Amino acid sequence: MSEPIVELRDVTFAYGRSAVVEKVNLHLHPGQFAGLLGPSGSGKTTILKLILGMLKPQRGTVFVNGNDLQERPSHRVSYVPQLETIDWNFPVTVGQVVLMGRIRQMGLLPWATRADKDAAEEMMERLGIAEMRARHIRDLSGGQQQRAFLARALLAQPDLLVLDEPTAGVDIGTQENILRLLAKLNREGVTILMTTHDLNAAAAHIPWVICLNRRVIASGPPDEVFTPKILSATYKGNMVVFRHNDMLFVGEQPHDHSYRDLVPNPVAGDVIITPNGNLPPLAPEIEKLIQSDVASPINSEAKD
Amino acid sequence: MEQLLMPFQFEFFRYGFVAAILVGALCGMIGVYVVLRGMSYIGHGLSHAIFGGAVASYVLGWNFYLGAGLWGFTAALLINQTARRYRIGADAAIGIITTASFAIGVAIISRYRRFTTNFDAALFGNVLGVTLNDVLVIAGVTIVTAVIVFLFYKQLLFITFDREVASAYGVRVEWIDAVFAFALAAAIIVSMQTLGVTLIAAALVIPPIVTRMLTDSFSHMLVGSVLIGALTAALGMYLSFQLDVASGAMIVLMGAFLFVLALGKREFRRLRRPALATEPLVPVSAHDLLD
Repeated sequence: MSEPIVELRDVTFAYGRSAVVEKVNLHLHPGQFAGLLGPSGSGKTTILKLILGMLKPQRGTVFVNGNDLQERPSHRVSYVPQLETIDWNFPVTVGQVVLMGRIRQMGLLPWATRADKDAAEEMMERLGIAEMRARHIRDLSGGQQQRAFLARALLAQPDLLVLDEPTAGVDIGTQENILRLLAKLNREGVTILMTTHDLNAAAAHIPWVICLNRRVIASGPPDEVFTPKILSATYKGNMVVFRHNDMLFVGEQPHDHSYRDLVPNPVAGDVIITPNGNLPPLAPEIEKLIQSDVASPINSEAKD
Repeated sequence: MEQLLMPFQFEFFRYGFVAAILVGALCGMIGVYVVLRGMSYIGHGLSHAIFGGAVASYVLGWNFYLGAGLWGFTAALLINQTARRYRIGADAAIGIITTASFAIGVAIISRYRRFTTNFDAALFGNVLGVTLNDVLVIAGVTIVTAVIVFLFYKQLLFITFDREVASAYGVRVEWIDAVFAFALAAAIIVSMQTLGVTLIAAALVIPPIVTRMLTDSFSHMLVGSVLIGALTAALGMYLSFQLDVASGAMIVLMGAFLFVLALGKREFRRLRRPALATEPLVPVSAHDLLD
Protein backbone atom coordinates (compact mmCIF):
# COMPACT_ATOMS: atom_id res chain seq x y z
CA MET A 1 0.00 0.00 0.00
CA SER A 2 1.15 3.56 -0.73
CA GLU A 3 2.52 5.85 1.96
CA PRO A 4 -0.29 7.69 3.74
CA ILE A 5 -0.78 11.35 2.87
CA VAL A 6 -1.90 12.02 6.42
CA GLU A 7 -1.21 10.07 9.55
CA LEU A 8 -2.24 10.95 13.08
CA ARG A 9 -0.33 9.00 15.69
CA ASP A 10 -1.69 9.02 19.25
CA VAL A 11 -2.83 12.60 18.84
CA THR A 12 -4.38 14.38 21.81
CA PHE A 13 -5.61 17.97 21.73
CA ALA A 14 -7.44 20.00 24.36
CA TYR A 15 -8.94 23.46 24.44
CA GLY A 16 -8.29 24.34 28.05
CA ARG A 17 -8.42 21.32 30.32
CA SER A 18 -10.76 18.90 28.60
CA ALA A 19 -9.47 16.91 25.66
CA VAL A 20 -11.41 17.35 22.43
CA VAL A 21 -9.55 14.54 20.73
CA GLU A 22 -7.71 11.86 22.63
CA LYS A 23 -5.17 9.34 21.40
CA VAL A 24 -6.47 9.50 17.87
CA ASN A 25 -4.82 7.27 15.33
CA LEU A 26 -5.84 7.50 11.71
CA HIS A 27 -4.33 7.56 8.29
CA LEU A 28 -5.44 8.55 4.87
CA HIS A 29 -3.91 7.22 1.66
CA PRO A 30 -3.61 8.90 -1.74
CA GLY A 31 -6.82 8.61 -3.74
CA GLN A 32 -9.06 8.05 -0.74
CA PHE A 33 -12.37 9.82 -0.26
CA ALA A 34 -13.11 9.75 3.46
CA GLY A 35 -15.79 11.22 5.66
CA LEU A 36 -15.27 12.21 9.27
CA LEU A 37 -18.48 11.67 11.22
CA GLY A 38 -19.49 12.30 14.75
CA PRO A 39 -21.74 14.40 16.93
CA SER A 40 -21.16 18.12 17.51
CA GLY A 41 -18.12 18.59 19.73
CA SER A 42 -16.69 15.18 18.84
CA GLY A 43 -13.51 16.75 17.47
CA LYS A 44 -14.12 16.61 13.72
CA THR A 45 -13.13 20.20 12.96
CA THR A 46 -10.26 19.96 15.45
CA ILE A 47 -8.87 16.98 13.52
CA LEU A 48 -9.08 18.98 10.29
CA LYS A 49 -7.28 21.92 11.90
CA LEU A 50 -4.58 19.62 13.25
CA ILE A 51 -4.04 18.23 9.76
CA LEU A 52 -3.90 21.76 8.35
CA GLY A 53 -1.35 22.79 10.98
CA MET A 54 -3.69 25.45 12.42
CA LEU A 55 -3.53 23.65 15.78
CA LYS A 56 -0.65 21.85 17.41
CA PRO A 57 -1.31 18.60 19.24
CA GLN A 58 -0.45 18.50 22.92
CA ARG A 59 0.53 14.88 22.51
CA GLY A 60 1.23 12.69 19.52
CA THR A 61 2.31 13.56 16.01
CA VAL A 62 0.62 14.60 12.80
CA PHE A 63 2.43 13.50 9.65
CA VAL A 64 1.63 14.96 6.25
CA ASN A 65 3.37 13.31 3.31
CA GLY A 66 5.57 11.50 5.81
CA ASN A 67 6.82 14.70 7.47
CA ASP A 68 6.12 15.71 11.05
CA LEU A 69 3.94 18.80 10.68
CA GLN A 70 5.63 20.46 13.67
CA GLU A 71 9.04 20.22 12.10
CA ARG A 72 8.11 20.74 8.50
CA PRO A 73 4.80 22.52 7.83
CA SER A 74 3.05 21.31 4.72
CA HIS A 75 1.15 23.54 2.35
CA ARG A 76 0.01 20.69 0.20
CA VAL A 77 -3.34 20.50 1.96
CA SER A 78 -6.17 22.76 0.82
CA TYR A 79 -9.05 23.70 3.04
CA VAL A 80 -12.65 24.53 2.27
CA PRO A 81 -14.18 26.06 5.41
CA GLN A 82 -17.81 25.94 6.43
CA LEU A 83 -19.76 28.45 4.36
CA GLU A 84 -21.23 29.79 7.61
CA THR A 85 -17.83 31.25 8.49
CA ILE A 86 -17.63 33.39 5.34
CA ASP A 87 -18.31 37.12 5.47
CA TRP A 88 -20.77 37.35 2.58
CA ASN A 89 -20.70 41.16 2.58
CA PHE A 90 -16.97 41.26 1.88
CA PRO A 91 -16.36 43.09 -1.41
CA VAL A 92 -14.98 40.24 -3.45
CA THR A 93 -16.01 38.55 -6.69
CA VAL A 94 -16.02 34.83 -7.51
CA GLY A 95 -12.94 35.26 -9.70
CA GLN A 96 -11.03 37.01 -6.89
CA VAL A 97 -11.93 34.26 -4.40
CA VAL A 98 -10.75 31.55 -6.80
CA LEU A 99 -7.47 33.41 -7.47
CA MET A 100 -6.68 33.35 -3.73
CA GLY A 101 -5.99 29.64 -4.19
CA ARG A 102 -3.00 30.55 -6.32
CA ILE A 103 -1.39 32.82 -3.75
CA ARG A 104 1.70 30.62 -3.41
CA GLN A 105 2.39 30.61 -7.13
CA MET A 106 1.70 34.31 -7.71
CA GLY A 107 4.56 36.79 -7.87
CA LEU A 108 5.22 39.95 -5.90
CA LEU A 109 2.93 42.18 -7.93
CA PRO A 110 -0.57 42.64 -6.57
CA TRP A 111 -2.31 41.75 -9.80
CA ALA A 112 -2.68 38.32 -11.41
CA THR A 113 -0.59 37.41 -14.43
CA ARG A 114 -2.04 35.91 -17.61
CA ALA A 115 -0.96 32.45 -16.39
CA ASP A 116 -2.74 32.98 -13.04
CA LYS A 117 -5.91 34.14 -14.78
CA ASP A 118 -5.81 31.20 -17.20
CA ALA A 119 -5.38 28.70 -14.37
CA ALA A 120 -8.29 30.25 -12.44
CA GLU A 121 -10.43 30.33 -15.56
CA GLU A 122 -9.71 26.69 -16.29
CA MET A 123 -10.66 25.71 -12.74
CA MET A 124 -13.87 27.73 -12.86
CA GLU A 125 -14.74 26.07 -16.19
CA ARG A 126 -14.06 22.68 -14.64
CA LEU A 127 -16.45 23.39 -11.80
CA GLY A 128 -19.07 25.12 -13.94
CA ILE A 129 -18.84 28.60 -12.44
CA ALA A 130 -16.88 30.42 -15.17
CA GLU A 131 -19.86 32.55 -16.14
CA MET A 132 -20.13 33.84 -12.59
CA ARG A 133 -16.53 35.04 -12.35
CA ALA A 134 -17.45 38.72 -12.10
CA ARG A 135 -20.35 38.26 -9.71
CA HIS A 136 -20.20 39.05 -6.02
CA ILE A 137 -19.97 35.88 -3.94
CA ARG A 138 -23.18 36.77 -2.11
CA ASP A 139 -25.10 36.61 -5.41
CA LEU A 140 -24.52 32.87 -5.92
CA SER A 141 -26.65 29.95 -4.81
CA GLY A 142 -25.42 27.72 -1.99
CA GLY A 143 -24.13 25.10 -4.43
CA GLN A 144 -22.35 27.69 -6.57
CA GLN A 145 -20.76 29.25 -3.50
CA GLN A 146 -19.44 25.85 -2.48
CA ARG A 147 -18.05 25.37 -6.00
CA ALA A 148 -16.29 28.74 -5.82
CA PHE A 149 -14.50 27.75 -2.61
CA LEU A 150 -13.77 24.30 -4.02
CA ALA A 151 -12.22 25.97 -7.07
CA ARG A 152 -10.04 28.09 -4.78
CA ALA A 153 -8.91 24.99 -2.93
CA LEU A 154 -8.18 22.98 -6.08
CA LEU A 155 -6.28 25.83 -7.70
CA ALA A 156 -3.65 25.39 -4.99
CA GLN A 157 -2.97 21.94 -6.51
CA PRO A 158 -3.19 20.15 -3.17
CA ASP A 159 -2.27 16.57 -2.35
CA LEU A 160 -5.27 16.52 -0.04
CA LEU A 161 -8.53 18.43 -0.06
CA VAL A 162 -10.08 19.00 3.36
CA LEU A 163 -13.67 20.19 3.64
CA ASP A 164 -15.51 21.18 6.78
CA GLU A 165 -19.19 20.30 6.42
CA PRO A 166 -19.50 21.17 2.74
CA THR A 167 -23.16 20.15 2.75
CA ALA A 168 -24.24 22.06 5.85
CA GLY A 169 -27.15 24.41 5.32
CA VAL A 170 -27.90 23.44 1.71
CA ASP A 171 -30.98 21.73 0.35
CA ILE A 172 -30.97 18.04 -0.50
CA GLY A 173 -30.58 18.63 -4.25
CA THR A 174 -27.55 20.89 -3.76
CA GLN A 175 -26.14 18.40 -1.27
CA GLU A 176 -26.41 15.66 -3.87
CA ASN A 177 -24.70 17.85 -6.47
CA ILE A 178 -21.84 18.75 -4.15
CA LEU A 179 -21.23 15.16 -3.13
CA ARG A 180 -21.37 13.94 -6.73
CA LEU A 181 -18.89 16.66 -7.68
CA LEU A 182 -16.56 15.56 -4.87
CA ALA A 183 -16.87 11.93 -5.99
CA LYS A 184 -15.99 13.03 -9.54
CA LEU A 185 -12.96 14.99 -8.31
CA ASN A 186 -11.91 11.96 -6.31
CA ARG A 187 -12.13 9.76 -9.42
CA GLU A 188 -9.90 12.31 -11.15
CA GLY A 189 -7.27 11.73 -8.46
CA VAL A 190 -8.02 14.21 -5.68
CA THR A 191 -7.74 12.78 -2.16
CA ILE A 192 -10.57 14.09 -0.01
CA LEU A 193 -11.35 14.26 3.68
CA MET A 194 -14.59 15.91 4.73
CA THR A 195 -16.73 16.20 7.80
CA THR A 196 -20.47 15.78 7.69
CA HIS A 197 -23.46 15.30 9.94
CA ASP A 198 -25.50 13.59 7.27
CA LEU A 199 -25.10 9.86 7.71
CA ASN A 200 -27.36 8.92 4.82
CA ALA A 201 -25.49 11.16 2.42
CA ALA A 202 -22.23 9.69 3.70
CA ALA A 203 -23.57 6.16 3.16
CA ALA A 204 -24.60 7.02 -0.39
CA HIS A 205 -21.55 8.98 -1.55
CA ILE A 206 -18.50 8.49 0.66
CA PRO A 207 -16.60 5.22 0.26
CA TRP A 208 -14.71 5.42 3.57
CA VAL A 209 -16.02 6.76 6.84
CA ILE A 210 -14.37 7.45 10.18
CA CYS A 211 -16.64 7.60 13.22
CA LEU A 212 -15.27 9.92 15.86
CA ASN A 213 -16.22 10.84 19.33
CA ARG A 214 -13.09 12.18 20.97
CA ARG A 215 -11.49 8.91 19.84
CA VAL A 216 -11.83 7.00 16.62
CA ILE A 217 -14.70 4.60 17.22
CA ALA A 218 -14.46 2.83 13.86
CA SER A 219 -13.36 3.38 10.30
CA GLY A 220 -14.06 1.60 7.06
CA PRO A 221 -16.65 1.44 4.28
CA PRO A 222 -20.10 2.62 5.42
CA ASP A 223 -21.45 -0.89 4.82
CA GLU A 224 -19.22 -2.18 7.60
CA VAL A 225 -19.10 0.82 9.89
CA PHE A 226 -22.74 1.85 9.93
CA THR A 227 -24.02 -0.62 12.45
CA PRO A 228 -26.30 0.35 15.31
CA LYS A 229 -23.61 -0.61 17.76
CA ILE A 230 -20.93 1.63 16.26
CA LEU A 231 -23.34 4.48 15.59
CA SER A 232 -24.78 4.29 19.08
CA ALA A 233 -21.25 4.38 20.50
CA THR A 234 -20.45 7.38 18.31
CA TYR A 235 -23.61 9.39 18.80
CA LYS A 236 -24.63 8.11 22.24
CA GLY A 237 -28.12 7.54 20.98
CA ASN A 238 -30.19 4.71 19.62
CA MET A 239 -29.78 4.39 15.88
CA VAL A 240 -31.51 2.11 13.41
CA VAL A 241 -29.89 0.98 10.17
CA PHE A 242 -31.89 -0.18 7.16
CA ARG A 243 -30.42 -1.84 4.12
CA HIS A 244 -32.45 -1.80 0.95
CA ASN A 245 -31.36 -2.58 -2.62
CA ASP A 246 -27.70 -2.01 -1.78
CA MET A 247 -28.56 1.25 -0.12
CA LEU A 248 -28.02 2.04 3.51
CA PHE A 249 -30.30 4.22 5.58
CA VAL A 250 -29.66 5.38 9.09
CA GLY A 251 -32.44 6.64 11.27
CA GLU A 252 -33.10 7.56 14.83
CA GLN A 253 -34.90 5.15 17.03
CA PRO A 254 -38.43 6.57 17.20
CA HIS A 255 -39.19 7.92 20.60
CA ASP A 256 -42.63 7.24 21.98
CA HIS A 257 -44.01 6.97 18.44
CA SER A 258 -46.85 4.87 17.15
CA TYR A 259 -44.53 2.94 14.79
CA ARG A 260 -42.74 1.44 17.75
CA ASP A 261 -45.98 0.37 19.30
CA LEU A 262 -46.94 -1.39 16.11
CA VAL A 263 -43.62 -3.05 15.24
CA PRO A 264 -41.98 -5.52 17.55
CA ASN A 265 -38.65 -4.68 15.88
CA PRO A 266 -36.46 -2.73 15.46
CA VAL A 267 -35.42 -2.21 19.00
CA ALA A 268 -32.27 -0.38 19.98
CA GLY A 269 -29.26 -2.11 18.54
CA ASP A 270 -31.08 -4.17 15.91
CA VAL A 271 -30.63 -3.92 12.18
CA ILE A 272 -33.21 -4.74 9.60
CA ILE A 273 -31.23 -6.45 6.87
CA THR A 274 -32.64 -9.13 4.67
CA PRO A 275 -30.49 -11.48 2.62
CA ASN A 276 -31.90 -10.32 -0.72
CA GLY A 277 -31.54 -6.68 0.18
CA ASN A 278 -35.26 -6.03 0.34
CA LEU A 279 -37.11 -4.68 3.27
CA PRO A 280 -39.11 -7.27 5.10
CA PRO A 281 -42.80 -7.14 4.32
CA LEU A 282 -44.53 -4.60 6.43
CA ALA A 283 -47.69 -5.20 8.35
CA PRO A 284 -50.68 -3.64 6.52
CA GLU A 285 -51.36 -1.24 9.35
CA ILE A 286 -47.76 0.03 9.22
CA GLU A 287 -47.88 0.34 5.44
CA LYS A 288 -51.01 2.42 5.83
CA LEU A 289 -49.44 4.55 8.52
CA ILE A 290 -46.32 5.16 6.44
CA GLN A 291 -48.32 6.02 3.34
CA SER A 292 -50.33 8.56 5.26
CA ASP A 293 -47.52 9.92 7.37
CA VAL A 294 -44.42 9.90 5.22
CA ALA A 295 -44.10 11.74 1.91
CA SER A 296 -41.84 9.16 0.30
CA PRO A 297 -42.56 5.54 1.18
CA ILE A 298 -39.42 3.72 2.18
CA ASN A 299 -40.09 0.75 -0.11
CA SER A 300 -40.87 2.84 -3.17
CA GLU A 301 -38.27 1.05 -5.24
CA ALA A 302 -39.92 -2.25 -4.59
CA LYS A 303 -43.12 -0.79 -6.00
CA ASP A 304 -41.33 0.22 -9.20
CA MET B 1 -10.22 83.89 -8.40
CA GLU B 2 -7.68 85.69 -6.31
CA GLN B 3 -10.01 85.38 -3.36
CA LEU B 4 -10.39 81.65 -3.99
CA LEU B 5 -6.64 81.07 -4.11
CA MET B 6 -5.93 83.41 -1.26
CA PRO B 7 -5.35 80.71 1.42
CA PHE B 8 -2.52 79.23 -0.66
CA GLN B 9 -0.53 82.41 -0.26
CA PHE B 10 0.18 81.37 3.31
CA GLU B 11 2.94 78.89 3.92
CA PHE B 12 1.25 77.41 6.98
CA PHE B 13 -1.87 76.71 4.88
CA ARG B 14 0.12 75.11 2.08
CA TYR B 15 1.83 72.77 4.54
CA GLY B 16 -1.45 72.05 6.30
CA PHE B 17 -3.23 71.44 2.99
CA VAL B 18 -0.63 68.95 1.74
CA ALA B 19 -0.46 67.27 5.15
CA ALA B 20 -4.26 66.93 5.28
CA ILE B 21 -4.44 65.41 1.78
CA LEU B 22 -1.70 62.91 2.61
CA VAL B 23 -3.33 62.02 5.92
CA GLY B 24 -6.73 61.65 4.23
CA ALA B 25 -5.30 59.33 1.57
CA LEU B 26 -3.31 57.37 4.17
CA CYS B 27 -6.27 56.90 6.51
CA GLY B 28 -8.47 56.00 3.54
CA MET B 29 -6.00 53.31 2.46
CA ILE B 30 -5.43 51.70 5.85
CA GLY B 31 -9.07 52.24 6.83
CA VAL B 32 -10.25 49.73 4.20
CA TYR B 33 -8.53 46.93 6.11
CA VAL B 34 -9.63 48.31 9.47
CA VAL B 35 -13.30 48.40 8.43
CA LEU B 36 -13.31 45.02 6.68
CA ARG B 37 -11.63 43.40 9.67
CA GLY B 38 -14.49 44.64 11.82
CA MET B 39 -12.14 46.84 13.84
CA SER B 40 -13.61 50.27 13.08
CA TYR B 41 -13.21 51.27 16.69
CA ILE B 42 -9.45 50.63 16.60
CA GLY B 43 -8.69 54.04 15.12
CA HIS B 44 -10.43 55.74 17.98
CA GLY B 45 -8.87 53.46 20.56
CA LEU B 46 -5.37 53.39 19.17
CA SER B 47 -5.19 57.14 18.83
CA HIS B 48 -6.07 57.38 22.52
CA ALA B 49 -3.46 54.75 23.34
CA ILE B 50 -0.83 56.63 21.35
CA PHE B 51 -1.73 59.78 23.25
CA GLY B 52 -0.45 57.97 26.35
CA GLY B 53 2.76 57.14 24.49
CA ALA B 54 3.14 60.73 23.29
CA VAL B 55 2.89 62.05 26.83
CA ALA B 56 5.30 59.43 28.19
CA SER B 57 7.87 60.16 25.47
CA TYR B 58 7.61 63.89 26.26
CA VAL B 59 8.32 63.26 29.92
CA LEU B 60 11.21 60.91 29.12
CA GLY B 61 12.61 63.37 26.63
CA TRP B 62 12.31 60.96 23.70
CA ASN B 63 11.54 61.89 20.14
CA PHE B 64 7.74 62.12 19.76
CA TYR B 65 7.54 59.87 16.70
CA LEU B 66 9.82 57.24 18.22
CA GLY B 67 8.10 57.10 21.61
CA ALA B 68 4.55 57.32 20.34
CA GLY B 69 5.39 54.93 17.51
CA LEU B 70 6.76 52.23 19.78
CA TRP B 71 3.83 52.68 22.15
CA GLY B 72 1.27 52.53 19.36
CA PHE B 73 2.85 49.53 17.65
CA THR B 74 2.91 47.63 20.94
CA ALA B 75 -0.71 48.56 21.66
CA ALA B 76 -1.82 47.45 18.17
CA LEU B 77 -0.02 44.11 18.55
CA LEU B 78 -1.45 43.63 22.04
CA ILE B 79 -4.98 44.31 20.79
CA ASN B 80 -4.56 41.81 17.98
CA GLN B 81 -3.07 39.11 20.15
CA THR B 82 -5.47 39.60 23.06
CA ALA B 83 -8.50 39.49 20.77
CA ARG B 84 -7.32 36.34 18.94
CA ARG B 85 -5.74 34.38 21.74
CA TYR B 86 -8.24 34.95 24.50
CA ARG B 87 -11.33 35.15 22.26
CA ILE B 88 -12.65 38.20 24.05
CA GLY B 89 -13.50 40.05 20.84
CA ALA B 90 -11.67 42.91 19.15
CA ASP B 91 -13.95 45.59 20.61
CA ALA B 92 -13.30 44.48 24.19
CA ALA B 93 -9.54 44.17 23.61
CA ILE B 94 -9.43 47.66 22.08
CA GLY B 95 -11.49 49.04 24.97
CA ILE B 96 -9.24 47.60 27.66
CA ILE B 97 -5.81 48.24 26.18
CA THR B 98 -6.40 51.68 24.73
CA THR B 99 -8.26 53.17 27.67
CA ALA B 100 -5.55 51.88 29.99
CA SER B 101 -2.94 53.46 27.77
CA PHE B 102 -4.88 56.73 27.57
CA ALA B 103 -5.24 56.68 31.33
CA ILE B 104 -1.46 56.50 31.66
CA GLY B 105 -1.23 59.67 29.57
CA VAL B 106 -3.86 61.43 31.66
CA ALA B 107 -2.11 60.34 34.87
CA ILE B 108 1.21 61.75 33.63
CA ILE B 109 -0.43 65.01 32.57
CA SER B 110 -2.10 65.40 35.95
CA ARG B 111 1.30 64.85 37.56
CA TYR B 112 3.14 67.34 35.29
CA ARG B 113 0.46 69.98 34.73
CA ARG B 114 2.84 72.47 33.13
CA PHE B 115 2.55 71.11 29.58
CA THR B 116 -1.17 70.39 29.25
CA THR B 117 -1.64 73.01 26.51
CA ASN B 118 0.90 71.24 24.27
CA PHE B 119 -1.38 68.27 24.11
CA ASP B 120 -4.49 70.17 23.07
CA ALA B 121 -3.17 69.90 19.52
CA ALA B 122 -2.79 66.14 19.86
CA LEU B 123 -6.34 65.84 21.15
CA PHE B 124 -8.15 68.16 18.74
CA GLY B 125 -5.68 68.64 15.89
CA ASN B 126 -3.75 71.74 14.92
CA VAL B 127 -3.15 71.69 11.22
CA LEU B 128 -1.95 75.28 11.25
CA GLY B 129 1.04 74.21 13.29
CA VAL B 130 2.22 71.68 10.67
CA THR B 131 5.82 72.27 9.63
CA LEU B 132 7.74 71.13 6.57
CA ASN B 133 9.33 68.47 8.72
CA ASP B 134 5.88 67.14 9.66
CA VAL B 135 4.85 67.08 5.99
CA LEU B 136 7.95 65.07 5.13
CA VAL B 137 7.28 62.58 7.92
CA ILE B 138 3.64 62.19 6.81
CA ALA B 139 4.75 61.75 3.19
CA GLY B 140 7.31 59.13 4.27
CA VAL B 141 4.74 57.13 6.23
CA THR B 142 2.23 57.37 3.36
CA ILE B 143 4.79 56.09 0.86
CA VAL B 144 5.94 53.23 3.14
CA THR B 145 2.33 52.23 3.81
CA ALA B 146 1.53 52.34 0.09
CA VAL B 147 4.53 50.10 -0.61
CA ILE B 148 3.43 47.66 2.12
CA VAL B 149 -0.10 47.54 0.68
CA PHE B 150 1.32 47.09 -2.84
CA LEU B 151 3.70 44.27 -1.89
CA PHE B 152 1.33 42.45 0.46
CA TYR B 153 -1.89 43.22 -1.37
CA LYS B 154 -2.78 39.56 -1.98
CA GLN B 155 -1.84 38.44 1.53
CA LEU B 156 -3.69 41.32 3.19
CA LEU B 157 -6.76 40.62 1.06
CA PHE B 158 -6.73 36.90 1.94
CA ILE B 159 -6.19 37.55 5.66
CA THR B 160 -8.87 40.23 5.78
CA PHE B 161 -11.35 38.02 3.95
CA ASP B 162 -10.63 34.63 5.47
CA ARG B 163 -8.00 34.90 8.17
CA GLU B 164 -8.04 31.33 9.43
CA VAL B 165 -7.94 29.77 5.99
CA ALA B 166 -5.17 32.09 4.78
CA SER B 167 -2.70 30.38 7.09
CA ALA B 168 -3.63 27.01 5.59
CA TYR B 169 -2.66 28.40 2.18
CA GLY B 170 0.79 29.36 3.39
CA VAL B 171 0.16 33.03 4.21
CA ARG B 172 2.28 34.09 7.20
CA VAL B 173 -0.63 35.57 9.09
CA GLU B 174 1.21 36.57 12.28
CA TRP B 175 3.97 38.31 10.36
CA ILE B 176 1.57 40.19 8.08
CA ASP B 177 -0.46 41.17 11.15
CA ALA B 178 2.67 42.68 12.71
CA VAL B 179 3.41 44.64 9.52
CA PHE B 180 -0.20 45.86 9.46
CA ALA B 181 -0.06 46.87 13.13
CA PHE B 182 3.09 48.84 12.39
CA ALA B 183 1.48 50.64 9.43
CA LEU B 184 -1.68 51.37 11.41
CA ALA B 185 0.22 52.77 14.39
CA ALA B 186 2.38 54.90 12.10
CA ALA B 187 -0.68 56.22 10.23
CA ILE B 188 -2.39 57.22 13.44
CA ILE B 189 0.68 58.91 14.87
CA VAL B 190 1.26 61.09 11.83
CA SER B 191 -2.47 61.89 11.62
CA MET B 192 -2.64 63.09 15.21
CA GLN B 193 -1.45 66.61 14.58
CA THR B 194 -3.71 67.19 11.58
CA LEU B 195 -6.90 65.54 12.77
CA GLY B 196 -6.42 65.11 16.49
CA VAL B 197 -6.98 62.00 18.56
CA THR B 198 -10.72 62.51 18.64
CA LEU B 199 -11.30 62.63 14.88
CA ILE B 200 -8.89 60.01 13.55
CA ALA B 201 -11.50 57.26 13.83
CA ALA B 202 -13.77 59.10 11.40
CA ALA B 203 -10.97 59.54 8.86
CA LEU B 204 -10.25 55.80 9.04
CA VAL B 205 -13.86 54.68 8.77
CA ILE B 206 -15.84 57.11 6.60
CA PRO B 207 -13.93 56.90 3.26
CA PRO B 208 -13.96 53.05 3.14
CA ILE B 209 -17.62 52.92 4.13
CA VAL B 210 -18.57 55.46 1.45
CA THR B 211 -16.75 53.48 -1.26
CA ARG B 212 -18.09 50.17 0.06
CA MET B 213 -21.57 51.53 -0.60
CA LEU B 214 -20.63 52.26 -4.20
CA THR B 215 -18.72 49.12 -5.19
CA ASP B 216 -18.56 45.37 -4.64
CA SER B 217 -14.93 45.14 -5.74
CA PHE B 218 -12.12 45.16 -3.20
CA SER B 219 -9.59 46.87 -5.49
CA HIS B 220 -12.11 49.58 -6.41
CA MET B 221 -12.89 50.05 -2.74
CA LEU B 222 -9.20 50.51 -1.94
CA VAL B 223 -8.56 53.05 -4.68
CA GLY B 224 -11.87 54.83 -4.08
CA SER B 225 -11.25 55.10 -0.37
CA VAL B 226 -7.83 56.71 -0.93
CA LEU B 227 -9.34 59.21 -3.37
CA ILE B 228 -12.29 60.05 -1.13
CA GLY B 229 -9.99 60.40 1.88
CA ALA B 230 -7.78 62.84 -0.04
CA LEU B 231 -10.74 64.71 -1.52
CA THR B 232 -12.57 65.20 1.78
CA ALA B 233 -9.31 66.35 3.39
CA ALA B 234 -8.67 68.90 0.65
CA LEU B 235 -12.24 70.22 0.72
CA GLY B 236 -12.35 70.20 4.50
CA MET B 237 -9.08 72.08 4.82
CA TYR B 238 -10.07 74.68 2.29
CA LEU B 239 -13.50 75.27 3.79
CA SER B 240 -12.09 75.34 7.31
CA PHE B 241 -9.95 78.31 6.30
CA GLN B 242 -12.76 80.09 4.47
CA LEU B 243 -15.34 79.48 7.19
CA ASP B 244 -12.92 79.78 10.10
CA VAL B 245 -13.83 76.37 11.51
CA ALA B 246 -11.52 73.75 13.06
CA SER B 247 -9.83 71.81 10.21
CA GLY B 248 -10.22 68.31 11.68
CA ALA B 249 -13.92 68.82 12.26
CA MET B 250 -14.44 70.20 8.74
CA ILE B 251 -12.61 67.25 7.14
CA VAL B 252 -14.79 64.80 9.03
CA LEU B 253 -17.94 66.75 8.13
CA MET B 254 -16.98 66.55 4.45
CA GLY B 255 -16.68 62.78 4.81
CA ALA B 256 -20.03 62.58 6.54
CA PHE B 257 -21.56 64.65 3.73
CA LEU B 258 -20.22 62.22 1.10
CA PHE B 259 -21.57 59.34 3.17
CA VAL B 260 -25.05 60.88 3.04
CA LEU B 261 -24.68 61.34 -0.73
CA ALA B 262 -23.65 57.69 -1.16
CA LEU B 263 -26.56 56.61 0.99
CA GLY B 264 -28.91 58.70 -1.14
CA LYS B 265 -27.50 57.23 -4.36
CA ARG B 266 -28.00 53.72 -3.05
CA GLU B 267 -31.58 54.40 -2.02
CA PHE B 268 -32.25 56.06 -5.38
CA ARG B 269 -30.93 52.98 -7.21
CA ARG B 270 -33.04 50.73 -5.04
CA LEU B 271 -36.19 52.71 -5.74
CA ARG B 272 -35.50 52.81 -9.47
CA ARG B 273 -35.06 49.05 -9.67
CA PRO B 274 -38.07 47.62 -11.54
CA ALA B 275 -40.39 45.57 -9.40
CA LEU B 276 -40.34 41.85 -10.10
CA ALA B 277 -43.04 40.81 -12.51
CA THR B 278 -45.42 38.63 -10.59
CA GLU B 279 -48.10 36.32 -11.79
CA PRO B 280 -51.07 35.49 -9.64
CA LEU B 281 -50.53 32.26 -7.79
CA VAL B 282 -52.98 29.55 -8.74
CA PRO B 283 -53.35 26.72 -6.27
CA VAL B 284 -52.21 23.44 -7.80
CA SER B 285 -53.22 20.13 -6.39
CA ALA B 286 -50.69 17.35 -5.94
CA HIS B 287 -52.80 15.13 -8.22
CA ASP B 288 -52.44 17.61 -11.09
CA LEU B 289 -48.68 17.54 -10.73
CA LEU B 290 -48.59 13.75 -10.72
CA ASP B 291 -50.70 13.55 -13.86
